[in-house]
Amino acid sequence: MMTKAMIQPADQLTGRVLTITTPDGTLIDDIDTDMIYHNSHLAVTEIEQMAQHAFGNLENWQEFPRICRKGDILVCGRNFGTGSSRQHAVDCFIALGIQAIIARSFGAIYKRNAINSGLPIITAPELQTIIGCRQKSQTPTLTVNLSTGILAYADGIELKAQPMSGVQLDIYRSGNLFAFGKTL
Amino acid sequence: MGQTYIEKIFQLHSRDEVKPGAIIWLDLDVRSARDFAGANVVQNFRREYPGESVADAGRTFFTFDCNAPANTIPYADNQQICRKFASEQGIRVYDVDAGIGSHVLIDQGHCVPGSTVVGTDSHMNILGAVGAFGQGMGDQDIAFAFKTGKTWFEVPASMRIVLRGHPPQATSAKDLVLAVLREIGSRGVLGLAAEFSGEAVDMLDIDGRITLASMVTEMGGIIGLIQPDQQVIEYIRERSSAQFAADLGPDADADYVRTVEIDVSGLQPLIACPPNPSNVKTVSDVAGRPIDSVFIGSCTNGRLADMREVVRLVRGRRVAQGVVAVVVPSTREVFGSMLRDGIIEELYRAGFVISNAGCGGCASGQIGMTGTGQVHISTSNRNFRGKQGNGETYLASPATAAASAILGRIASSIDLEERKVL
Repeated sequence: MMTKAMIQPADQLTGRVLTITTPDGTLIDDIDTDMIYHNSHLAVTEIEQMAQHAFGNLENWQEFPRICRKGDILVCGRNFGTGSSRQHAVDCFIALGIQAIIARSFGAIYKRNAINSGLPIITAPELQTIIGCRQKSQTPTLTVNLSTGILAYADGIELKAQPMSGVQLDIYRSGNLFAFGKTL
Repeated sequence: MGQTYIEKIFQLHSRDEVKPGAIIWLDLDVRSARDFAGANVVQNFRREYPGESVADAGRTFFTFDCNAPANTIPYADNQQICRKFASEQGIRVYDVDAGIGSHVLIDQGHCVPGSTVVGTDSHMNILGAVGAFGQGMGDQDIAFAFKTGKTWFEVPASMRIVLRGHPPQATSAKDLVLAVLREIGSRGVLGLAAEFSGEAVDMLDIDGRITLASMVTEMGGIIGLIQPDQQVIEYIRERSSAQFAADLGPDADADYVRTVEIDVSGLQPLIACPPNPSNVKTVSDVAGRPIDSVFIGSCTNGRLADMREVVRLVRGRRVAQGVVAVVVPSTREVFGSMLRDGIIEELYRAGFVISNAGCGGCASGQIGMTGTGQVHISTSNRNFRGKQGNGETYLASPATAAASAILGRIASSIDLEERKVL
């Protein structure tokens, strides 16, 4: 987060995709903040220490901190991040170098926390269709345009999602909420 | 086109044009942080605004409720970080004796109808119960709010939830909110502001309104607003000298994305089964399952009216052998009233464990976690897997929780009073 604020981040991101599904390939809906970052680790205040707990309470995904790579893009189901206001549930992904989160919808507080931290998020209600197509193909690289909302897989499959709004992009381009606040 | 309730509140606190989808700067009347995330707020503040003061210490509060008193060293450290910062800045701390922050803000007169309040509690939107805008936020948002007294906010569209009819005597506000969850589910209010109305809502006292408003978070909503009646206005006026518009409410021609009407005249006691709050069944559907533990409390059901209902049912009875039943009042004020009214003694005689005020088991603190295989009935608002420990948590009303504690199995107050043999 600190380093991010120093260089202006790009509106177009490309990275490997990690699709958060059940073993049968269905996007998991309603992943709440206790599944993302369990309340037993809430006393942690250092972001680096939060990385190891990401998805620590999500069935079949407890190995996530070891599976993911810096620059990965997460693709998730509906109401992602519902539940508590804990920033930890965003910061654990930032600590792991996750580049962006795309979901069919987000919990409202989670969405704010991600935007304020400079972690871009894209709401893509029609994601289920693209996931269906994706299973037939094997190219796990995705390009996300935050200002147009276009999601493009490397093999040409595209989806129009909701772009980030003006203030959200301003915060993202500034680095985070605090850096943005100082520009006002 | 008229304005919805939330738009009315926002318009009083913003110079921007308030309409759904617009991102506005919102003036905040109260900004707060709990022991959970409070230290993160301080850390953010010190890093971003070294040596600077908060915008208005008189409108800024710490409320310690998650882990009160601290039972882990990290929590104790975090509380101490907050106390030190508060003392430097002249911020009032409602310390570990005070109880649940959102309730304390109402009961101490800091939150009045039409006001805007933020804190690090995802159930801060409970303040919709008194017609105020409350919102839980992360530690960066709150640090920014401490410094600027403002936040950016996307104005949500609104929906109406109308509860028609007079619910039966054996049901309570918790059954009402579970009925709404059953009807519209965990995404029923996703990204929206709800407005509750209808005869069944009008009949609720302030404690019932708090219960109803408390679970909009579990429907994915921004807030559930209830227009104050005379009783609520008087309750607030007894506690606050602040000026407020007692008749603030939505315009008659406001625009809503949808209206959900639920007839609750035939309502039965309801229970949310594991593993999520919208997995709602009637108590009679699951009655008879043996239980191991009961928790009565939380921001949803830790009020005096809840405690009175529990004591009415357990008076002269005893918690079943092998069942651990815990009561946690929401605030010190509720605890004091329970003491004065003899409720504490009756609960003690019935075999309850009684704790000091706070969040109880909800935030992995204090009291009331569950072990693997444990069947637990809680009056709180979340039963996600692992939330309150490894056990299976059911969410129900104080009456259902009390009846189940006495009978040692899932049961409604009707079952207890009729001593139905299963």
